[in-house]
Amino acid sequence: MAVRKLAGLVATLLATSFVIFGASYAAPGDPVTFLAGGKENLTPEYLAAIRAQYHLDDPFLVQYARWLGDAVTGDLGRSMQYNDQVFDLMMARLPSTLGLVAYAAVLFVVFGVALGALAAVRGGRTDSAVVAGTTLATSVPSFVTAAVLISLFGVQLGWFPVMGGGSLWHLTLPAVTLALGALAIISRVTRQAMIEQRELDHVTVARASGLAERLIVTRHVFRGALGPIVTMCGLVTAGMLAGTVVVETAFSLNGIGSLLVKAINTHDFPVTQAVMLFMVVAYIVVTTLVELLQPLIDPRVRRPA
Amino acid sequence: MMLLSVEGLTIEAGGRRPILADVSLTVGRGEIVGLVGESGSGKSTLARAVLRLLPQHATVSGRVLVSGDDVLTMGPDALRDLRAGQVSMIYQDPRSSLNPVRRVGDFLTERMVLTLGRPKAEARARALELLAAVGLREPERHMRQYPHELSGGMLQRVVIAAALAADPALLLADEATSALDVTTQAETLALLRRVQAERELGMVFITHDLHLAAAFCDRVNVLYAGTIVESRPAKELFDDPRHPYTAGLLACTPELDDPRPIRPIPGRPPSLDDTFTGCPFAPRCPHATGACEEWRPRPVTVSGGSAACRLVEA
Repeated sequence: MAVRKLAGLVATLLATSFVIFGASYAAPGDPVTFLAGGKENLTPEYLAAIRAQYHLDDPFLVQYARWLGDAVTGDLGRSMQYNDQVFDLMMARLPSTLGLVAYAAVLFVVFGVALGALAAVRGGRTDSAVVAGTTLATSVPSFVTAAVLISLFGVQLGWFPVMGGGSLWHLTLPAVTLALGALAIISRVTRQAMIEQRELDHVTVARASGLAERLIVTRHVFRGALGPIVTMCGLVTAGMLAGTVVVETAFSLNGIGSLLVKAINTHDFPVTQAVMLFMVVAYIVVTTLVELLQPLIDPRVRRPA
Repeated sequence: MMLLSVEGLTIEAGGRRPILADVSLTVGRGEIVGLVGESGSGKSTLARAVLRLLPQHATVSGRVLVSGDDVLTMGPDALRDLRAGQVSMIYQDPRSSLNPVRRVGDFLTERMVLTLGRPKAEARARALELLAAVGLREPERHMRQYPHELSGGMLQRVVIAAALAADPALLLADEATSALDVTTQAETLALLRRVQAERELGMVFITHDLHLAAAFCDRVNVLYAGTIVESRPAKELFDDPRHPYTAGLLACTPELDDPRPIRPIPGRPPSLDDTFTGCPFAPRCPHATGACEEWRPRPVTVSGGSAACRLVEA
């Protein structure tokens, strides 16, 4: 079982690595032009030297095999723009992005689940208000939210720094921006799952045994709804790891997202490939973790030992 | 004083006719009272009303007295005490009665610990004792298991054990054996009868099977379209049904050594949108005459009880 799962993961990674490498190979523009440092340097001899240095004349599959072999051993190559190890570049930027996503995840899990539960339990006007409010919060594009938050809390009130990273304080506004986008989906999944659970017979049975309504909600309704809620929180978090670009740019955070955008703009394909590979790996890791959590949440999916 | 006394209970919940119309019945200590009817006749609604589990947006009139206290008007604390300690319900499908993600032990001790405030260790000991009492051989192991690891018959025993946890005086069995296969059904019935006799419980036994009710109960009430059409001691009702609907139900089931052909009751049970000016059974009744369409049914005294039929009255 575990072996099959592992084989599946490896196959997924292999396939995505091929797509990533192929995409940057097929992308328009020749990295050589950039490497040469401008059109005036484009003598044929110089170009040939660069092509040889970066093995650009090898067949596609050979290039792919070389890149994959290096990546597996931890060598992601050298950045063309920074002339630095890609691995080191990424490690320098990872804490910002991971911190941002973790902070945002805490926010949207806490507030999304709380709002969804509130809507499901109270119903009526509270329900409509939660649905309307979270839908509005999610439908505003994140760069607009960022601008509003910056001008209000950063400039007018001066409560939070508006750019740069390094502390929770710095990450608050970006994390709020990121979390707002996920609020509607999490609160709605929570609400829907709890409403479905509430209709089940065993909840009526618990009520008929005199259990207090508060305990019925926590022990039965919410407990039963936990499966879909955890799954959705995991998926949204995984998606966020690849979706921090706008927020990082808006708040001038030096993270993985902004590294990717710069790399794409400068045809720095070793960096582009490495960052995309990282995003895929991060997504797979998070979704696998969520999958491993399911048996703890629902004993019915446990296999007999 | 009767253990349970329902007086003129009428429940309306949005349909064109009430779910229950002016229903009265009593259950004494140690008595098993049957409630028989087709689906939609209101039998489950009646049982749930005893715990004040009413349909949404229902308007209710009449009284439901448990040991003299009116369930429909009591305060929240008294209602909680009633649900936790005095009246227990057993449901049709044991598999959906238990939370699938919680252990059987949780289900058994939840009421004792969280509602009645007993110490955990005491509740656990009591749960083990009850599991043994309902005939489960490995109580310790079952306490740790999840519902999906037990068979339907075992689960119904667990549900019965939980129902007995708080020493109730009244048991409501809502099709408690209908979802089980035949051998399990017989075992469960025997178990219900045993715990009922041992503890001198009053029981409301709901079923769609009139033969089963006649064999299991002391007294049987036949419900049709929200009213009790016949209420008599089980044996008398079985030997000499006075209401045509009761007779029709008995004739529906084939029996050995009975040369009479099987005669299903024509037509279908009325829905909540069917209204009646006279007897609700008249459209399906083989003996109905024009006068039945206008005759408002009322209980007519017959041997041992009552039957609500114009032809009996005549």
